[in-house]
Amino acid sequence: MSTEPTSGYAPPPEPSGFAPASRSGPRHRAAGDDPASESALRIVWLCPDLLSTYGDRGNMLILARRAYVRGIPVETIEVRSDEPVPQEGDIYLLGGGEDGPQALAAQRLNANQGLHRAVARGATALVVCAGYQLIGTSFFAKGAKCAGLGILDITSDRGATRAVGELASEADPALNLPTLTGFENHGGRTHLGPGLTPLARVTTGVGNDGATEGVWHGKIIGTYMHGPVLARNPALADLLISWAIGSPVAPIDDTWPNRLRAERLAAIRG
Amino acid sequence: MTTAEQGTGRGGLPLRARLASTVSRTASALSRAAGRGDGSVIGGWLGLKIDPDLLKHLAAGRRVALVSGTNGKTTTTRLTAAAMGVLGDVATNSLGANMPTGHTSALARAGHTPYAVLEVDEHYLKQVIDATHPVAIALLNLSRDQLDRAKEVAMMATLWRDAVRDRDSRIVANADDPMVVYAAREARHVTWVASGQRWHDDSWVCPACGAHIVRAGEEWACAGCDLRRPVPQWRVDGDAVVDPYGNRHQLMLQLPGRVNRANAATALAVAAQFGVDPAAALPRLATVASIAGRYATVERDGRTIRLLLAKNPAGWLEAFDMAERAPTLLAINARDPDGLDTSWLYDVDFSPLQGRRVLITGDRAMDLAVRLEVNEVEFEHVPTFAKAVAAVPPGRLEVIANYTAFQDIRAELNRVN
Repeated sequence: MSTEPTSGYAPPPEPSGFAPASRSGPRHRAAGDDPASESALRIVWLCPDLLSTYGDRGNMLILARRAYVRGIPVETIEVRSDEPVPQEGDIYLLGGGEDGPQALAAQRLNANQGLHRAVARGATALVVCAGYQLIGTSFFAKGAKCAGLGILDITSDRGATRAVGELASEADPALNLPTLTGFENHGGRTHLGPGLTPLARVTTGVGNDGATEGVWHGKIIGTYMHGPVLARNPALADLLISWAIGSPVAPIDDTWPNRLRAERLAAIRG
Repeated sequence: MTTAEQGTGRGGLPLRARLASTVSRTASALSRAAGRGDGSVIGGWLGLKIDPDLLKHLAAGRRVALVSGTNGKTTTTRLTAAAMGVLGDVATNSLGANMPTGHTSALARAGHTPYAVLEVDEHYLKQVIDATHPVAIALLNLSRDQLDRAKEVAMMATLWRDAVRDRDSRIVANADDPMVVYAAREARHVTWVASGQRWHDDSWVCPACGAHIVRAGEEWACAGCDLRRPVPQWRVDGDAVVDPYGNRHQLMLQLPGRVNRANAATALAVAAQFGVDPAAALPRLATVASIAGRYATVERDGRTIRLLLAKNPAGWLEAFDMAERAPTLLAINARDPDGLDTSWLYDVDFSPLQGRRVLITGDRAMDLAVRLEVNEVEFEHVPTFAKAVAAVPPGRLEVIANYTAFQDIRAELNRVN
């Protein structure tokens, strides 16, 4: 199956909580440790303590592995919501979560402004589900309208029904991506302001509003495909890496992700 | 004979309850005879249709213990029922039918017993407490389970808190799970058991105030309020359970793993509330070998196959702890009882399997394949359980499966118990 790890590689630390003892990988660090090495691709997962309800760690792990197997030095950094957002990141990740943690994450990220500065200087970002909603100007949590980060001109409100199930869509042709596939589980509906482009056109499921799904703007991708969206969409992972390093990446062996994609797309065709 | 006596009759049940109880037992038996499952749900459902208070009537006159939690409740219920057997006959829903229909059916089927030990689905705890007035309630743990429909973990902890507050029942609660401590600490009578918590990812944020939970060794405390680990009265020390008087009780369990030693500690603590001497209960705990196929060992074509059920991330971590270093089959489905979403695979660290021979199967084996590749775990995909058995040499085969995948494999092994 996968390439054997070569010398010097330590896989990113896997989930077992955020206890310091489980954070010993040499290529992994917590915010506030020594500065990152200058040459590594730095992947920053924000608010894992609040926004990690649906296997969100997967996106960090997948990006790190896909960089590593191409020989790109990579470093993953987990930053809790009560820690400052580091500025040296190349790819920033925000995941999904319940209403209470989502509202708290918005407050803390707004107070810190570090993510705002990072994307303003052109950093790449993948924001998922609750994380997608909160980069907009407003969202609903626990029945109240909450101020988002205002990074993009999008607003989210409540839909009549909860959207739960397979979500398939055709990506904006400019992104040159194959069919997107994921699982959605959200009560929100999201509206893009003028000048913003949806990530994709929905073929199965709900996404933003039943017609469009997600957003892409500059090097920011937002999506309702929740949790480990990159597991089923390796081309999207590679797009993020290529944006972050400023050059295209070579293909790698995607036998298993492609079999997974084929199976999920066949399942929704019934 | 007075009217009241005519109304209650044999076994103290009101007439309507007696009819409902008989119909319930008959329907269960018919369902079993027709091969449509164990019958506990349909029987209980019919009985409750005839007498909505049937569970209350069937519980009246029995001294009841309830067991609830995300993981380990079926096993702990079985161990508790075994321990309580010291005192006399015990009714229990040992088939894992853990909603009021299952409780009703179990009590109707058991006839008159002085004791009952019931496994309760987390969502139904308040309702079942109301109906059964338990002597003791064991609260094991709360973690994420079936993401596409289960309630948020903190919300469940709050429901539990409201369910057990202002009751006369003794709460036997896990001191190592902040969510459980939050739920139990306001109850009138609490006994704390140090049951351990391998899974921490659902308890980093205090359910009371939203600040972070800080951990140091086995101690933990909220950084923002007074929620902290209580001093446990019962704990596990190696292969022994230490009771509140400091007596060590050497366990001789057939069930594997640290988590089952903790389940045994909880069972002994619950049984003690009924007057069971732990020393008297130990031999009975040692007789429990498997529960509805869980931990069962089956011989097939020279392979010794052991079945481990893992329904959620916390359960997978415990299963890795129990599994021996032998060829291991992982089976994953995502049908309704499992939850349709496989995202949880990324909440589990599969690296304990690195260096083992790993086979994968099930409806969602491809999700697992991608996950294992990311986790640097080598694997082989096999289309069926039979192919997995054929692929490994004679000797041990460990099987870890989620709920419906487990049931599929159990069916292939003639519904092993």
